[in-house]
Amino acid sequence: MTTLPAWELPITPTLVVSTAIATRDFQDVHHDRDLAQGHGSKDIFVNILTTTGLVQRYVGEWARDAVGPDFRITSCALRLGAPAYPYDTLTFSGGATEEGDTITVDVVGAVSLGNHVNATVTVTR
Amino acid sequence: MTAAATPVDERGHDWIMAEVEKMKALGETEPRLARDPVNQPMINNWLEAIGETDPRFGDGEAPPAMAQVWTMYGLNPERPANDPLHGTMQILDAAGFTSVLGTNCDQTYARPVKVGEQVAITTRLESVVGPKKTGVGEGYFVTTENTWKVGDEVVATMQFRVLKFKPGARPAKVDRTKLVRPQMNRDTAFFWEGTQAGELRIQQCNACGELRHPPGPMCPACHAADRGYVVASGKGTVFSFLVHHAPQLPGKELPATLALIELEEGLRMVGEVLSGKEGIEIGSPVQVVFEKIDDDLTLAQWEVTS
Repeated sequence: MTTLPAWELPITPTLVVSTAIATRDFQDVHHDRDLAQGHGSKDIFVNILTTTGLVQRYVGEWARDAVGPDFRITSCALRLGAPAYPYDTLTFSGGATEEGDTITVDVVGAVSLGNHVNATVTVTR
Repeated sequence: MTAAATPVDERGHDWIMAEVEKMKALGETEPRLARDPVNQPMINNWLEAIGETDPRFGDGEAPPAMAQVWTMYGLNPERPANDPLHGTMQILDAAGFTSVLGTNCDQTYARPVKVGEQVAITTRLESVVGPKKTGVGEGYFVTTENTWKVGDEVVATMQFRVLKFKPGARPAKVDRTKLVRPQMNRDTAFFWEGTQAGELRIQQCNACGELRHPPGPMCPACHAADRGYVVASGKGTVFSFLVHHAPQLPGKELPATLALIELEEGLRMVGEVLSGKEGIEIGSPVQVVFEKIDDDLTLAQWEVTS
């Protein structure tokens, strides 16, 4: 198994809001702290479409060098856990195993509360 | 929604599942077109926000992670009446399961989509499973199958699962006195009298001096039955450990860290690690602590000392 270099991403309100809007997710818990707290949440938090994007950015930045610039992501399975709130850090780590032309990358994205996401991403050459 | 026709207190599991069957029977929705064709400005906004720099996405190819973005409902959603996810949420809302949490999102990408193509989504309700007791409360897992097509060609799929739950219905605080009691008899009484007195006692053979744990009637070294005990220092190291998440155990707060402790005296003993368990590893130094459960039982437990 190949270990991917870790990636630490500070979560800011700007990151949460800009990614929510860029993914056309206008649910209030992703941009309005007052309403998010009204729903019982500590703060606004990263939406699922953004988690998908960040996981694939992490895998892609590794794959561009390790697999080559023409790599393809063919599947991405996410198991979601602790919310990613502003002022926390989302730390990605991962490991890749290769079988023929298919590379399976297991990714963990952790925040201070525990694992935000466990992902399995399939990459082909 | 038929929810209004049934009194709230009759909207139990059977009612939920009957409504769910109606929702399932609707099958797959009619294709719903994305608001816009795949376009470079929306891709660029996404690249900026995510921080993605793959050059292919600056030049007419959409990132696969944007699959769902094109068909999001947007700021002023007008959902079709038979949207199965929304409809199932309404059924569960009506039954008191008002909170929602995404748990799984599994996507596949058949091929990249290009600027100018316009995707359409179809959705069907795959399953509703519950009620399940979870860490956030009791709820139902709702799974939908979504397919994106360009014309007749499937370009991506998504299995999406949410937990729809009753907030605040957390399990009650555990009652430690309900835990499974250790066996106490004439061989082990000295040990439990020791924990009550704040001593970690180890059985010793009075004939040859061999230490042993757990206690027993006869020395495994010299077979003498004459036995006493020594008081251990209460210091040791973690020889092995596990973190028990499930199933629930009476009187235990989960997850519980259970460790095999190697005592300074060279023997090993099983116990629960009560504090410092966040940083526990094999070899971590530990110190015994005595946890009084009630007047009959005090347990020898452990804390990690850094």
